[in-house]
Amino acid sequence: MIESLFTPFLFQSTAQAITPILFAALAGVLCGRVGVFNLALEGQMLVGAFAAIVGSYFGHSAFVGVAAAIAAAAVFSLILGYGATIFRGDPVVIGIGMNLLASGLTAYLLRVVFGVSGTFSDPNVVGLGRITITALVGVPVLGWAFAGQSALTLAVWALTALISVVLFLTPVGLRLRGVGEQPDAAGALGIDVVRYRIVTVLIAGALTGLAGAQLSLGAVSVFAEDMSAGRGWIAVVAVMLGRNNPLYAAAACVLFGFADAIGVNLQSHGLPNQLTDVAPYVATLLALVISHRRRIRASPPSRRSTAIAMEEIGRTLGSTNSQALDDRS
Amino acid sequence: MSPFSGGLKRGGDRLRIPPVALATGFAALVGAALILISGHDPLSAYAEIVRGSLTPQALPDTLNWATPLVGMTLAAAIPLRGGMVNLGGDGQLVIGGLIGALAPLFLPDHGAFGAAVGLAFAGLGGGLYAALAAWGEVRHGVPMLISSLLLSYPAMGVTSYLARFPLRDVSTGLPQTLMIPPDARLHVLSGALNVGSLLIAAVALAVVFVDRRTSAGYELRMRGKNPRFTGYGGVRLGRQAVRTMFASGAIAGLVGAIIVLGSQFRFIDGALITPAYTWSGLMAALLVSGEPVGAIVAAVFFAALQTGGFAMQRETSVPRVLTLVLQAIVILFLAMRRGLGRRM
Repeated sequence: MIESLFTPFLFQSTAQAITPILFAALAGVLCGRVGVFNLALEGQMLVGAFAAIVGSYFGHSAFVGVAAAIAAAAVFSLILGYGATIFRGDPVVIGIGMNLLASGLTAYLLRVVFGVSGTFSDPNVVGLGRITITALVGVPVLGWAFAGQSALTLAVWALTALISVVLFLTPVGLRLRGVGEQPDAAGALGIDVVRYRIVTVLIAGALTGLAGAQLSLGAVSVFAEDMSAGRGWIAVVAVMLGRNNPLYAAAACVLFGFADAIGVNLQSHGLPNQLTDVAPYVATLLALVISHRRRIRASPPSRRSTAIAMEEIGRTLGSTNSQALDDRS
Repeated sequence: MSPFSGGLKRGGDRLRIPPVALATGFAALVGAALILISGHDPLSAYAEIVRGSLTPQALPDTLNWATPLVGMTLAAAIPLRGGMVNLGGDGQLVIGGLIGALAPLFLPDHGAFGAAVGLAFAGLGGGLYAALAAWGEVRHGVPMLISSLLLSYPAMGVTSYLARFPLRDVSTGLPQTLMIPPDARLHVLSGALNVGSLLIAAVALAVVFVDRRTSAGYELRMRGKNPRFTGYGGVRLGRQAVRTMFASGAIAGLVGAIIVLGSQFRFIDGALITPAYTWSGLMAALLVSGEPVGAIVAAVFFAALQTGGFAMQRETSVPRVLTLVLQAIVILFLAMRRGLGRRM
């Protein structure tokens, strides 16, 4: 059983499952770094997935699809960018609203543009091409994982590295982190806090567009209503587990992707997919519990009370929010 | 986004238009644009929504749709009142629905007793499952916002599995459980309305009463305003969170059982999730930051919108999912006008 589970195919489907979650998690990390709590990843991804299908169908190329996904998701993320900064809305409410808007809007446009409901697939939709890096062929694990994958599956790792470098090793990254951690100080140093936030949310939106494009044009070329299916929320959790660090968030995504892939593999062993689909969510919950345990154990005993723990959660979730409100009041 | 800034400036304090009206008007404008894209006439589409929901013939349909929606709105509003968010309504709903569908089957020959047991255990099951999310936050530091939602997926997966495999009615080709015997179904009042609507009305009254007249309601409202102060005031925040979520999930579970026992008569995989009662309810509750009376009014408004959506789709072939878009725009507009749900 175990041997038949750990096949090259398992690693390939892991890499495939990680891609959309990691793109979205990177977007969440960027937003979190500038102090905008992004709960809308799920909806942004869905908008990207739909736009990718539209672009690919009418533009007859996967490239047009990806470009459309980036553009649509970026425009969609303006709601969060302006809403959470200039209009001082609550990011949680905006996030929930955006997710519902995305769900309704894509379902509506699916009917209006393609005249179908539920799912849409068409021979005119060009999927992403599969790339195999010859240098990696035959290498265990890495070679299996990246054999015959879309360019996005490879790009997401390059972007993870790039974003880590930009965030921690460049002046722009320093300013971004400053905007999130000490908006007042950043503002006093002449940084336009609101503009940094809006532009970052826009770039993050583009990343979620890529996540969506991978969903609808990656493994299969199809759009289904609500096809993001909780991946955006898993990305939110990855951001929290990774404490806004792209590398840690990526590690969390690997865990979820692996759980997802094992679930898919168990299906081929006869388990019904209703049960195996649950695997990534359960893994996510367990990871949250374990990470909290370790965090509490690492802190002095006096801090181990429930009240403090709850406050800590309040800070993780609420800090970005209250900061966003405070620094303009 | 100039539409937002334009709308906001015009709606500023000088003109004093009620924000909800302004938001609805703005949503109607965006909706009109979307209807134009689909090549239809917005005015006739909106006229169909009104005709299909508020005329005397259509009103029972609206009330019938409002029954589960008001229930799910209350389920969302109760935690919101205390600054918490329950995103796991779907999971609690299907648990309640499945229990409601199974109780009369395993308690045969008891008629109404089977239904009553089903309703009670559906509430208990949904409540316990929601309390699990609160317990996760209090005990294991998993934020409830996330855990309630993530717990929803296993619940949906497992109930879907049960309805598809071990508990399936093999005489039909569909993923559904056996039919509930007629004497265990909820008593029909008139047309599509049944006892379930009365039950939800009673729950709504109870929620309003607890919110306004009891110390538990007061403590919950205080928590919504300032959790730390409430904690210093002697409220055990952890227990309060678990209790509140139990009440919220119990209502969601009850709604699931009412739908199953009152109109579907069996647990059909996906049938409780597809109408998106949970999310519409959450939006109705967010609209008024969880204030119960306002939330109920908002829920009935959304129910009318969605019921009218069926008529619109039938008469003008504008997809009814447009009404979900309209609801989301109302929420987004209001969220930007004033920070709702202040704490989280």
